[in-house]
Amino acid sequence: MPNPIANADSDVMISLHDLRVSYGDREILHGVNMEVKRGETLVILGGSGSGKSTLLRTLVGLEKPSSGEIWLKGKNLASISDDDLDEIRRKMGMSFQSGALFGSMTVGENVGLPLREHTKLEDSTIEIMTRLKLEQVGLGGFEDYFPAQLSGGMKKRAAVARALSMDPEILFFDEPSAGLDPIIAAGIDQLILELKQAFHMTIIVVTHELASAFLIADQMVYIDKGVIIAQGTPAEMKANPLPRVRQFFDRVAEPEVEQEMDYLQMLTATHRRPNR
Amino acid sequence: MLAYVGALARLTSQAAYYAFVGPFRGRPLRLGRAFSQAMEVGVRALPVLSLITFFIGLILAIQGAYELKKFGAIHFVADAVAITMTRELGPLITAIVVIGRSGSAFAAEIGTMKVNEEIDALETMAISPVQFLVTPKFLAMILMLPCLTIWANFMGILGGSLFGVLKADFTFVEYMRASVSALFMRDIVTGLIKSVMFGMTITAVGCSEGLATGQGAESVGKSTTAAVVMSIFLVVVVDLIFTSLFFFAGGI
Repeated sequence: MPNPIANADSDVMISLHDLRVSYGDREILHGVNMEVKRGETLVILGGSGSGKSTLLRTLVGLEKPSSGEIWLKGKNLASISDDDLDEIRRKMGMSFQSGALFGSMTVGENVGLPLREHTKLEDSTIEIMTRLKLEQVGLGGFEDYFPAQLSGGMKKRAAVARALSMDPEILFFDEPSAGLDPIIAAGIDQLILELKQAFHMTIIVVTHELASAFLIADQMVYIDKGVIIAQGTPAEMKANPLPRVRQFFDRVAEPEVEQEMDYLQMLTATHRRPNR
Repeated sequence: MLAYVGALARLTSQAAYYAFVGPFRGRPLRLGRAFSQAMEVGVRALPVLSLITFFIGLILAIQGAYELKKFGAIHFVADAVAITMTRELGPLITAIVVIGRSGSAFAAEIGTMKVNEEIDALETMAISPVQFLVTPKFLAMILMLPCLTIWANFMGILGGSLFGVLKADFTFVEYMRASVSALFMRDIVTGLIKSVMFGMTITAVGCSEGLATGQGAESVGKSTTAAVVMSIFLVVVVDLIFTSLFFFAGGI
């Protein structure tokens, strides 16, 4: 069944309608609606446990939604067959938080793996393409290193090279700058900007690094407790008056709920015997 | 438990599909990975397996002689060792050695990959983890376990011959001749059929425990332990099933 909304505007790459995702009995996403346009960089912001990683995992088909629709390239991921999902996945690249490089293979083999599995290209062609991808991310000459021999930032770059190897239309990043020092993290941001300018890829980034988010985003969504509570351009988000959003952007800690005495009483009450 | 066995059967049938049907449906088989697994599962297991089964053969001979001596039939020790090794202990001891070396390694390898998001990465690259990881191990196992079993049978008989030569008045050649003439083809074949079944069981348990690994490094340890315990248990169950099948249904 073609999606009327997607047809009305062919520039829409991904659209979500009332997306709900649960782990067992616990619902993580409570009805997410959003759209991503072709060639746009969308940053998904949110605190830990907000559901932003679950949203990303659902977008790449690693989690099945419990209800709702995910329209991507004319297919609904919520009810897609495995073969169609694989077809779409060949047009997606995903860079995982930890890099997720295969430790038993060299960097070159990692980057060339999708080509080796999905194309009938000659080994020599694959080698050249692998080298090109690695040069694109600034890792030329590291083909024969093992992932364990690379630094954190280089692993991330190699993971990006692997995500790029099938020339994807959509690129997903899970926490691209987590665990990296500011200089390396800025380098990854720069890389994302270059990819966007050079290939007009649709890029979706999950992060909680504000500086990085404002630098790379065309559009942002802020997700809190499984619902999107704010979305817009970086400028619109900066001006957003919602307290939860302000708190996140201004780095304000959660206010203490209890008074000190109430808190002490709460701690001691359960241990106090009535006869004392 | 039934659901668990069902899941194992499903994983095995998927692996078998990618091994035997997939190549004819445009999903080429990567024999390189199966080959390196076969080296790991099979060839590298030879030293320890040889030693263990040699000792087992020797133990069998001593224990057998203890009983046979009472009937003045110590010269039957060669028959006893040969038959017990090929029908039962060869396949079983081989399976247990392979569980310790490879079943645990499968669970640890796949479990570590799961924790490092590598399994997720495979899926997002449209590469089936079963095809990529389980099928080569499956092929290596069903090929190497019978080979190892034949070798184990031989080493067991060799171990028995040590006792035969030293304590039962055999010459080495006589002992070997006695062993060979005691064996029927069906003894060897039933042992080999068992070993193929053991290979499937070990692969399925090791891989499915690995794939079921939760979060964090400690869960890899848990899956590895679970894989070893579960594999040993299920191999014994499968052994019982096939031994009774051969005995009651086939009369062999």
